[in-house]
Amino acid sequence: MEEISPNWDSFYIHVNETTQKWVCFCMIFQQQFRFCCYFVTFAQNFSILMKKQLNLKVENLKKITEQHILLSLVAPNGDMPEIKAGQFVEVKVDNAPTVFLRRPISVHFVDYAKQRLDLLVALVGDGTRKMATLSVGDEVSVLLPLGNGFPMPTKAGTKCLLVGGGVGIAPLLYLGDRLKAAGHQVSFLLGARNAGGVMLEDEFKKFGSLYLTTEDGNVGEKGFVTNHSILEKEQFDEIFVCGPTPMMKAVAKYAYGKNIECYVSLENKMACGLGACLCCVTEDNKGHNRCVCSEGPVFNINELPWQN
Amino acid sequence: MAKLETKIGGLTLKNPVLTASGTFGYGTEFSEFIDLSRLGGYIIKGTTLNPREGNPYPRMAETPSGMLNCVGLQNKGVHYLKDHIYPNIKDIDSCLIVNLSGSTVEDYAEAAEIIGTMDKVQAIELNISCPNVKQGGMAFGTTTQGVEQVVSAVRKAYNKTLIVKLSPNVTSITDMALAAEAAGADSVSLINTLMGMAIDAERRKPLLSMVTGGLSGPCVKPVALRCVWQVAKAVKIPVVGLGGIMNATDAIEFFLAGATAIEIGTANFIDPETTVKVVDGINEYLDRHNFKSITEIIGQLEV
Repeated sequence: MEEISPNWDSFYIHVNETTQKWVCFCMIFQQQFRFCCYFVTFAQNFSILMKKQLNLKVENLKKITEQHILLSLVAPNGDMPEIKAGQFVEVKVDNAPTVFLRRPISVHFVDYAKQRLDLLVALVGDGTRKMATLSVGDEVSVLLPLGNGFPMPTKAGTKCLLVGGGVGIAPLLYLGDRLKAAGHQVSFLLGARNAGGVMLEDEFKKFGSLYLTTEDGNVGEKGFVTNHSILEKEQFDEIFVCGPTPMMKAVAKYAYGKNIECYVSLENKMACGLGACLCCVTEDNKGHNRCVCSEGPVFNINELPWQN
Repeated sequence: MAKLETKIGGLTLKNPVLTASGTFGYGTEFSEFIDLSRLGGYIIKGTTLNPREGNPYPRMAETPSGMLNCVGLQNKGVHYLKDHIYPNIKDIDSCLIVNLSGSTVEDYAEAAEIIGTMDKVQAIELNISCPNVKQGGMAFGTTTQGVEQVVSAVRKAYNKTLIVKLSPNVTSITDMALAAEAAGADSVSLINTLMGMAIDAERRKPLLSMVTGGLSGPCVKPVALRCVWQVAKAVKIPVVGLGGIMNATDAIEFFLAGATAIEIGTANFIDPETTVKVVDGINEYLDRHNFKSITEIIGQLEV
């Protein structure tokens, strides 16, 4: 607010009284406007570091497969915080008698321009099935952003392989977007049980090449993700994984073998999502129980006892 | 605006809203959601003399209107608390209370002495009621001799306010409260979790690694209210009430049953702003009923 330009001062001296008043007003306005700008910038910089409880509005709810919905939520007040790929949110589910706790859901995509948060939700229990009955315009209480995201590669043009299985593909779309935006090469390797579980291919293709496996071989290559030929054909610098634990362990084994940096996103049962209740722990390679919600959900495989 | 100040032994709380141990971490986990200085006090998670890894995963199962946990007092020990956590929280303008647990009477007493050296910690909440540890914990809290033994030992080692947290998993919680009072407790807090279990019928397996765990949340509130009401009539020391408090109305019910202060636990997991909303709601209730102070409604249940 101090930096009034010197040109204005010299201009000020050469004008008549009426104009002076007007210029004076302009200067004060400019000062206040700048102050407002600084204040807003400061507040924004400060707020992006903060976890929040927000009431988001359902903008769209789309059935993707028999077992999955894509829930789009918007921040009506424009206060969507900055979210890193791999972070998650805790969604409150109302009016479901058997549901007490919030539901931890991966961030599937964020569009800041539209203030929109997309969640890809597998309908696996009473909580998620209740979420599937939300209507456009409904308010949903969400805690966000929670946990630590995937670390971004430090080397320019890193060849990244993003491996997902089942609903574990959810955080990989936003991760692909962030990696591509940062100039890295993105390949997705996604596995499903059958053709009915393959989803959102066109979305993933926006950010990188897409390789698929199904257990019955109807779409992509037959088998598990770790059977896909791309793993033999290409050499990747870093691997990012989210999916069922046996799948993540199998990919980790591949990464250990090839000495590739590999990060996995764990999905333990949790309550608070803030590192307070210590319910969601996983044992690390030193025998310590680590909180998946606050110290994860993303871990480097070298931190986990998965070597054997 | 009514006066919210309340007293537990020699301890004056700016308002009667505390957080329940194990649900609020070290407080800092919640500092992005609430102003910690608005709390009457907060109770740091169960601390033991030596570090504990706690029980294996899975440690939690959801139930209708509540949850079961078998965390098993995972913590880094009282020395870590003193050296690494305490310096970061000691200047928070709220009353700091450490929840203390142990396996032997000697462990309890030794850790209590160390807690006594932390100037800004104003009280100990003695946990003799954790259902999730094999040794100690609830074992001390289920016989009057056990209560007497551990409370006396800690009383000797610690001269600030001593609150004893009681288990509802007993035939008569009143007898335990009287034993704690006789052994020198300044206050009793109740209830800790109720022992329960949950089963996965499809897999024919328990949902918790320890098979059993502690039940908390709104489902335990009626039991907690009954315990507070019985104990408050029997003892002369102040009672801190907890168990399933989700909002200000729940809290008011505990005051009417005889609680001098209340703790908010599991609700923190559903809404991390519950504590401050309850403070505001208590104020609103007192104003609406023309009470000048929270002390005017304590134990005022009309039976």
